[in-house]
Amino acid sequence: MIPAPFDYVRATSVAHALDVLGEHGDHAKLLAGGQSLLPMMKLRLATPEILVDIGDLGELRFVRRDGETVVIGGGARYADLVASDVIRQSVPLIARAARRVGDAQIRYRGTVGGALAHADPAGDLPAAILAMDGTIVISGPRGIRTVAAADFFVDYYTTALACDEILTEIRVPATGAEKCWYERFSERSAGWPLVAVAVAGTRIALAGMGPTPLRATAAEDVLAAGGDFAGAAELAAAGTTPVSDHRADADYRRHLARVLTHRALQRAHSR
Amino acid sequence: MNEPIRRRPARPVTVDPVTTPRSTSILGTRVSRIEDPRLVTGASVFTADLADRRLAGAAHAVFVRTPMAHATFTTIDTSVAAASPGVLAVLTAPDLGLPPAKPHFGAAMVEPYLAEGVVRYVGQAVAVVLAETEAQAVDAAELVTVDYRPLPAVVDVSEALQGKALLFPDVGTNIASAQDTAADPAFFDGCEVVVTQQIVNNRVAPAPLEGRAAAAVWLPRNSGYDGEDAAVRTPPSRSENPFGAGGSGPHAAIDDDLRLTLWLPNQGAQTVKKDVVDAFGIDADRVHVITPDVGGAFGAKFGAEPDHIVIAAAARVLGRPVRWSETRSENLAVMPHGRAQYQTVTIGGMRDGRMIAYRLDVTQDAGAYPRLALETPHGTALMAPGVYAFDRCEVSTRCVLTTTTPVGAFRGAGRPEATAALERAVDLFAAEIGRDQAAVRRRNLLPRFTSPFTSLTGAVYDSGDYPEALDRVLAAADYPALRAEQASRRRRREDVQLGIGLSTYVEITGGGKENATVQVHSDGSATVFTGVSPHGQGHATAFAMIVADRLGIPVQKINLVWGDTDLVPRGGGTGGSRSLQLGGAAADGAALAVAELAKRRAGELWEVDPADLVIDNERAGVSVAGIPDRFVTFAELAAEEELSAQHLFAADGATFPFGAHVAVVDVDIATGKVRLVRLVSIDDAGTVINPMLAEGQRHGGLAQGVAQALYEEATFDEDGNPLTATFADYGIPTAADLPTFELLDMETPTPYNVLGAKGIGEAATIGSTPAVQNAVIDAVSYLGVRHIDMPLTPQRVWRAIRETE
Repeated sequence: MIPAPFDYVRATSVAHALDVLGEHGDHAKLLAGGQSLLPMMKLRLATPEILVDIGDLGELRFVRRDGETVVIGGGARYADLVASDVIRQSVPLIARAARRVGDAQIRYRGTVGGALAHADPAGDLPAAILAMDGTIVISGPRGIRTVAAADFFVDYYTTALACDEILTEIRVPATGAEKCWYERFSERSAGWPLVAVAVAGTRIALAGMGPTPLRATAAEDVLAAGGDFAGAAELAAAGTTPVSDHRADADYRRHLARVLTHRALQRAHSR
Repeated sequence: MNEPIRRRPARPVTVDPVTTPRSTSILGTRVSRIEDPRLVTGASVFTADLADRRLAGAAHAVFVRTPMAHATFTTIDTSVAAASPGVLAVLTAPDLGLPPAKPHFGAAMVEPYLAEGVVRYVGQAVAVVLAETEAQAVDAAELVTVDYRPLPAVVDVSEALQGKALLFPDVGTNIASAQDTAADPAFFDGCEVVVTQQIVNNRVAPAPLEGRAAAAVWLPRNSGYDGEDAAVRTPPSRSENPFGAGGSGPHAAIDDDLRLTLWLPNQGAQTVKKDVVDAFGIDADRVHVITPDVGGAFGAKFGAEPDHIVIAAAARVLGRPVRWSETRSENLAVMPHGRAQYQTVTIGGMRDGRMIAYRLDVTQDAGAYPRLALETPHGTALMAPGVYAFDRCEVSTRCVLTTTTPVGAFRGAGRPEATAALERAVDLFAAEIGRDQAAVRRRNLLPRFTSPFTSLTGAVYDSGDYPEALDRVLAAADYPALRAEQASRRRRREDVQLGIGLSTYVEITGGGKENATVQVHSDGSATVFTGVSPHGQGHATAFAMIVADRLGIPVQKINLVWGDTDLVPRGGGTGGSRSLQLGGAAADGAALAVAELAKRRAGELWEVDPADLVIDNERAGVSVAGIPDRFVTFAELAAEEELSAQHLFAADGATFPFGAHVAVVDVDIATGKVRLVRLVSIDDAGTVINPMLAEGQRHGGLAQGVAQALYEEATFDEDGNPLTATFADYGIPTAADLPTFELLDMETPTPYNVLGAKGIGEAATIGSTPAVQNAVIDAVSYLGVRHIDMPLTPQRVWRAIRETE
């Protein structure tokens, strides 16, 4: 459990971090909360030559309401989201999802930006942000660009981020009155979900059902056409490609997606 | 105040023959654990924490472990690793300087210390890197290359039994041992109903908080460092290290005058020592084993494993101390797993509920090499008929090697497997005849007995009252109300169905001998030397209570010493729930012997017949019966002459704890997810010395038993790669997954020791697993589900439900 040798730079600003990234390219890796990166390094599944620590950058750690948009800094901790009145009132789905991440220690260390950049397909926050039609704000040597959440997640642990860019903000519409629910399924209280379903209004996002978080578009179409929850849930797994592994096979994951979608829709709209 | 000792003129003393009554006993009370302040304030010293002067300048060892489940090789290229920064040596099998490894457990297959031309499971060590720092050793270990030529992996036990691919071609079979009984064709004659079922008793990882570790140094016998209390020394600077911080380099000549000091977390230093002495082929007095604090073991830290022998050998070859601590992934992939039995149960009886004949067939997956898994089926066979009055019982067992992690002992080691098989069989039988599980059990339980009862398999049960245990848990759980609630949910076709599971069990603990020495010191404190070996249970408290009860020395002034083979040369260690009933009884005997010795000394002092003297355990001393003023403390006697006595306790037989559990579960029918709602248990292990310690053992046991039923399974893919080598993949439950346990107390003393104590360490593990499994199957039985193998993961339960549709 000793990582391969690496260098370490504590970034003093986003600009400084971008400079270091620009210098080292894909030999460098950003470190924020370290809740995914450090275990991978200790198992030597990740062997970056240099770590650029942005975990203490105050400019990335914020949550604010900006008109009809909630802006979350990439460095905000899960615990910040859970504790934030802005999040609870304006995007309660994100509060619900953040509350379910890992355990208390992980929620105090792990960052939203790290969760999205790491892009675990079974992660809690990616699905919630996708259900909220969030926008990812990225800083890089060519300036600032924005990417819709739907375009941000590319493949297993792969995003639209280039190796010389930093995820600085997540912007989500403030839809506080919207019905929402986060339905998460795991075998034990601790551990990643096998499948999770984030529902906001009539938008449905799935975690654990393929290489990225996914929108259950077939199910959403049923709702849009005035169909009922059961009918929508029937199609929740349509077009998904979940894995079969030692925890569960693809059939069971598809079944869970249907059951959980039905429950999430019921619970969201019964409140 | 105590009267000072004076020589007395000879004068007959008239004494009242009535002995002083013992004051209210401390035994049976909730004395707080005296070991906890150290453990919870970080003052404990585990093997990885050792700052012993003898380990100054130690090299750090990291094993090179094979990623292949089964392969041959001819060359291990260590050259690049050996030239890496800080590397002192890279050793392979021929470098260890050890005599050939010997066979164990009567098997023909021999496990090498480091792989010799063949690897047989992922994680087997092929080389060890020794470096100045652990990080350097980890880096260099990645640079060792081996020219593996893959052989077929043998993961499935039925394939292993067929023997198409052999782990040891020279032996000609994968079967390491067998006790096959010829099946009696008339076995089920007269039975109206015969039910059979194949059952997997899932392989689990012991996963103690502290993994395996070792520290070793070979010192000149006259160096003066042996037997010293290293803790009071200040570590010297490296230049002062009298053993040569630079070492004498690899392949130094082996000095016959060197003596090994080996620290490692273990369950019995004396067993470790024997293994080491056997491996090196040296005199026993050349090995000194010391046990630091141990962070849990669960049966998996008995004896010295090959990795430990390699560390000791590396220290000798290097001429320098060596230390090693494994990673969590090494622990999950290499520390012997437990359970891993493939069972077939067949049970026959009458439609009125009477059970007549029980047949159990066991194939034990032993993993890659013969370890304790070759012993555990014997326990399974012995305990096969359990608590029931069968007319006939027949058991066959065999142990087969597979290219997987070796299987050893895990909490219960053979008995949980027996109980799990039998309790499933009883439920299958009850389901077949359409009768209530509690009623079928009640009808077939052996009646209460107070003199030993010999079972169909020859086990001699010391004492038991199984019907009382069952009746009491059923009453506490309000069984009729639970059944009514279940019926109501079924009628209403609720999404979440209720399951009620029972198990009634008996197991075997202890047996054999154990020694203890009690020494009273002139400051009024006492030391107890024991051959058992605590690793979390609370022995220091329990043993202090026992000695305090005899001598009146306060618990806080009694120090327990264990696990150092120079201080305690003999001992059986802690395992098989033997510590209190054997070690505790020995401590009691030694305390009594100290009392007798003290009386003799006081008698000489006062020229009084010792028979006229009594122990005053209010004041921790001896007085003349009826003349409390004529009194001398043990401390005062100890100041005059060493006051110490040893006692070897030999039990008349093993003891048989028993109990009954009721588990209540919610099962989400749509997803198959189980929530354990209640667990009501009686675990009767005879007289309880400290209820808090006993409850601690029961809580931990219940949690691990539930874990096997619902969550944990060590698995491999078809190529033999471990799939559960991190805690992200291996599903240990937390407190959040468990209900508040409902413990009922019941104490049926054993006649085999003066304490009346049986073993409590494993009982709750044994009872809980089948209760929970039965509860889940009970919840979905109305859908036609008959059996589901453990662990009862949501997917398994869901699939079982779906297959009935």
